[in-house]
Amino acid sequence: MVGTNTPERGDLNLEQADAVARRQRRLSSPEQFLWAALDQVLDPELPALSIWELGILSDVQRVGGRVVVTLTPTYAGCPAMATIREDVIDALLAVGISDVLVEMQLQPVWTTDWLDRAARDKLKHAGIAPPDTDSQCPQCGSKHVSSISAFGSTACKALYRCLDCLEVFDRIKVI
Amino acid sequence: MQPSTLDPLTTYTVRLGDDALVSGHRLSEWTGSAPMLEEELALANVALDLLGRARLCYGYAAERTGQGCSEDSFAYQRDCRAFTNHLIHELPRGDFAFTMARQFMVDCLAVPFLQGLARSLDSRLAGIGAKCVKESRYHLRRSTDWMFRLGDGTEESHRRLQSAVDELWGFTPELFAQDALEAELVHSGVGVDLEPLREPWLTAVNQTFSGAGIVLPALDWQVDGGRQGLHTEHLGHLLSELQFVQRAYPGQQW
Repeated sequence: MVGTNTPERGDLNLEQADAVARRQRRLSSPEQFLWAALDQVLDPELPALSIWELGILSDVQRVGGRVVVTLTPTYAGCPAMATIREDVIDALLAVGISDVLVEMQLQPVWTTDWLDRAARDKLKHAGIAPPDTDSQCPQCGSKHVSSISAFGSTACKALYRCLDCLEVFDRIKVI
Repeated sequence: MQPSTLDPLTTYTVRLGDDALVSGHRLSEWTGSAPMLEEELALANVALDLLGRARLCYGYAAERTGQGCSEDSFAYQRDCRAFTNHLIHELPRGDFAFTMARQFMVDCLAVPFLQGLARSLDSRLAGIGAKCVKESRYHLRRSTDWMFRLGDGTEESHRRLQSAVDELWGFTPELFAQDALEAELVHSGVGVDLEPLREPWLTAVNQTFSGAGIVLPALDWQVDGGRQGLHTEHLGHLLSELQFVQRAYPGQQW
């Protein structure tokens, strides 16, 4: 029988703990140069954010002569992952590193809780409503909005409409 | 790559991949012909999530199989009898009510199933469960909403939803059937035990349907066989489209 006493992954403080662990991993890493190089990699579908800011970049380490990059996908079927993988290899090649292994890691599971305030502000600035509980129009700031569709132009977005300025906008799905 | 040559864990993983691939493909067939643009986006997005789920399962199964086996070997290089999806997923998409009724019933089970899978003693399956349960929870919100909108909508939408449920009902018991292979994996803490999920599923489905004015039919017929590779006539047609390019140009890549 599968045990039932393991804590649920849906538990908010566990997810925040994952975000803190990721941040600490970067802060305590001896490879600051590599992390900085990877800050150049942007999400192709959300170019306002780097893969670090979006939470996809989980770790980078040197293992022998090779650099191992660990990525956490946002959605199981996100078609951007293939491009991101190539962009990671290109970004490291640009700083002279050619022996790169990109690994995919599903757990801890990516969640929009990993986007910090700064990342959310950048999204808003780019005209995309961040995954806040209280949804707001990124154009006029009105909270008077309604959902058009729970799914949008990419796997990570839903479609909303502002009832004050009447603009239609993308909102990152809260997951 | 006949199922019989794979070890139990790999076989189980392929089964989960087959469910995801076939149901995702059926949803993707709506692209270009959904009743409205927003729903087309939603159907395609759910299809994409399911395709991603299939890739995670097939990728893991391919690693376990070795010998040059890849995700594509499972998706493109097997015929009907080697596919082990539950029959409900391969039924033609029907009208929008049929697609959504199927999606609702399947989502309703996927959520507790994947929660269970997240606790599997096999860490890769646990990862797939933990990742995908979030997506299925999101899918379930939409499919539940549609049950109310269709069931409680017009006379026409109600009639179509009721007839979809009547048609689908006999395919649902198979979702809970467990053969010796699955029982063994449940026993070793790797597989998810479906038996305790049956009653809560029935209660949840019934609650939504009765709220939507839909009557659950009597279970006076039922079919199974998917896990053994015994399919309806529809899977072959689905595969002939899904696998066309790889059959016409074997090994071809973008």
